[in-house]
Amino acid sequence: MSDETTATDRANEEAGTSTDAVVLTGAEIVCECLLREGVDIVFGYPGGAILPTYDALTKYPQLHHVLTRHEQGASHMADGYARATGKVGVAMATSGPGATNLVTGIATAMMDSSPIVCITGQVPTGAIGSDAFQETDVTGITLPITKHNYLVTSIEELPEVMREAFHIARTGRPGPVLVDIPKDVQIQEAEFVYPTEPIELAGYSPPRAARARQVDAALELIRTSKRPIILAGHGISMAGANRELAQLAEKAQIPIALTLLGKGAISEHHPLCLGMMGMHGGAEVNHAIQQADLLIALGMRFDDRVTGNLATYARDSRKIHVDIDPSEINKNVNVDVGIVGDLGEVLRQLLKRVERRPNEAWFDRIAEWRADSELREIVRPADAPQHPAVPEGKLLGAQVIRDLFEFTDGEAITVTDVGQHQMWEAQYYHHERPHSLITSGGLGTMGFGLPAAIGAKMSRPDQEVWAIVGDGGFQMTMMELATAVQEQVNVHIAIINNGFLGMVRQWQEFFYEERYNQTPMVNPDFCKLAEAYGIPTVRVTERGQIEEAVNASRAQTGGPTLIDFVVEKEEIVFPMVPAGADLDDMIRRPTPEEFEQQRRERAVAAKAPEPQTPESTPPETEAPAAPAALGSRFGV
Amino acid sequence: MAKHILAALVENRPGVLARVANLFRRRSFNIDSLSVGRTQRDEMSRMTIVMESDSAEADRLVKNLYKLVDVVHVDHLHSQPSVVREMALVKVKASSDNRREVIQLCDIFRARIIDVSAESLVVEITGEEEKLENFTELVRPFGIVEMVRTGMIALGRGGHTLKDEGFKPNRSRAAARRNVL
Repeated sequence: MSDETTATDRANEEAGTSTDAVVLTGAEIVCECLLREGVDIVFGYPGGAILPTYDALTKYPQLHHVLTRHEQGASHMADGYARATGKVGVAMATSGPGATNLVTGIATAMMDSSPIVCITGQVPTGAIGSDAFQETDVTGITLPITKHNYLVTSIEELPEVMREAFHIARTGRPGPVLVDIPKDVQIQEAEFVYPTEPIELAGYSPPRAARARQVDAALELIRTSKRPIILAGHGISMAGANRELAQLAEKAQIPIALTLLGKGAISEHHPLCLGMMGMHGGAEVNHAIQQADLLIALGMRFDDRVTGNLATYARDSRKIHVDIDPSEINKNVNVDVGIVGDLGEVLRQLLKRVERRPNEAWFDRIAEWRADSELREIVRPADAPQHPAVPEGKLLGAQVIRDLFEFTDGEAITVTDVGQHQMWEAQYYHHERPHSLITSGGLGTMGFGLPAAIGAKMSRPDQEVWAIVGDGGFQMTMMELATAVQEQVNVHIAIINNGFLGMVRQWQEFFYEERYNQTPMVNPDFCKLAEAYGIPTVRVTERGQIEEAVNASRAQTGGPTLIDFVVEKEEIVFPMVPAGADLDDMIRRPTPEEFEQQRRERAVAAKAPEPQTPESTPPETEAPAAPAALGSRFGV
Repeated sequence: MAKHILAALVENRPGVLARVANLFRRRSFNIDSLSVGRTQRDEMSRMTIVMESDSAEADRLVKNLYKLVDVVHVDHLHSQPSVVREMALVKVKASSDNRREVIQLCDIFRARIIDVSAESLVVEITGEEEKLENFTELVRPFGIVEMVRTGMIALGRGGHTLKDEGFKPNRSRAAARRNVL
């Protein structure tokens, strides 16, 4: 730092000696508070009502500001930054359109409990309510999609509000907090005293340990169960309870199923880890849940994508649900024992007294289901005998993810967008560590991938970061390529490019009689596009090219890289539980034997003689509903 | 289905009512009535929320209210002995011909007449919901010109109070606090 005394220095000198304080502007107070909350990066976009704060940022070189190309990118980057480390991510925007552009990112963070703080400029206090230029009621707009929000009406409350905002964002069940600061409050001056006493909010005290009686009840259910299964969610990694989860599973010999955001809760190579549950989860995992006699749900929220039909969900099981948010208990699924608390604390309480119990018969049943799933597996090593459903000479999206997993040694942080590629990631990229998969699970936000990956890489520069995106979602936020170049963020972008909104197309194929309305896409040449930004690119059209392309990308250590994987257009994510169906009522890929049998039957049907009495041919009926109509490709 | 009465102590801050109202809509709670006012402490308001629902739904509302940072304490008064009151102002058509009859009804219900004109009376009646319902039914034949009800308010009996000991008002925030709900 230079010889000049910055406002920070002055404030730091005063820190601790709260009796005589320095006089700072509201904008400087915002910066001081950010520093004290440990913020090093702010993602944002300037504009009229936030200009005083942008001006103050010039005095705080320790706060690195990342200029995004759209405010949505700023909120997703803050989210990706937060998810990669658990630190609070910060996004900044001006009033009006700047603030409303943050909304999708805020809602995404809310649904997935990601700690971000959004700071927005607001028109001066005197103009609020007058429909002033670029005025919008952003605290009103974000009321249902923030954990809490503030409209700061005086400079005196600013330090406290900032401190509370970070506290609320990062503690308990984390979530987004928005602080709206009118322009005049940013300009006013006041003595800056950073409060030092612990924060006490009467209406906010996150729970810690479980009550002894609940622990007893849970232990009794575990002791008497024969077919127990742990359902591990995002809460495990957010609570840092990964070791405790593994210990509990090992000690009591209980298999673990993961939610999408639960990936990373335990190593997917752990013998007790079954893999992902739910709509596109493993068939063996869903069967195990449906046949279990005890569900132990840890930091997950029984989303409709993991339960399927609630009326038939795990009907024969008792249920234990541990969550830090009391409102999650008995929300979707009624449970026998509901425990509100911090997962680390509660698991330690359980671990003290849980008993080892033999579950061999249960593991044998799961192994049978798994063997059946393996028969149907379509992604196999290139030199192994292939499933007959693999089309000749086509590159499959699933293969790309499987190979990417292999060639990155399973060590990368992967950030996905939303759709088929997201589900293939979940199925074929096996994560070892917490916080290594970043994906929009709850809101399912297309356009999340690229900006969140940029945020993640800036948060964890030591880690290899891959943005795995579809051609649809990529085009929603691809302007952030410029941000990645400007900031020289070394994020590797893999576009799984099938020229379709693939997941929507899959639903149209299954449930809308193959009417592919508005799902085919005319795309730009993504390589040329990226090259216009100066980004090195490779196009891959065959499986044999994947390794070289991935290695070439990894060798680039400067800015971003991009690989355009041109994949089979009409691939399907198997298995699939149709929305609202029973969890074990899955659409499966056939086994090789079933597939050959179906192929023979189709061949026989094609050769069958024409009906002799055309007059009596019944009029063509409605095409049969899926899945009967799925015959042609990839089986089923 | 039963009537559930919830009492909530909330911080007296701008936007608190909007947060609670938004919660009802966002999570599809059907509210019969909501009444809000300041308490003996300037920095606190008290809400009485009445809903017709099963008890699981009422529990869900309590938990969701607690998620709001400004909500300090919530009590389910259904499970406590409590006193419940509501007030209504009813403007009843009453000419010199039938004013006597209306006044008699008011006497029976211990309702007060607080305004008289040539054509109508304004009656203030306080009591439990059923009493108000009965009264309005009986005066309906005379003609109700307009009426307004406060919604129910309730307090636990005897020693039962909503906890607010942990609550310390914040100095600078208190300075910025306005009497805006």
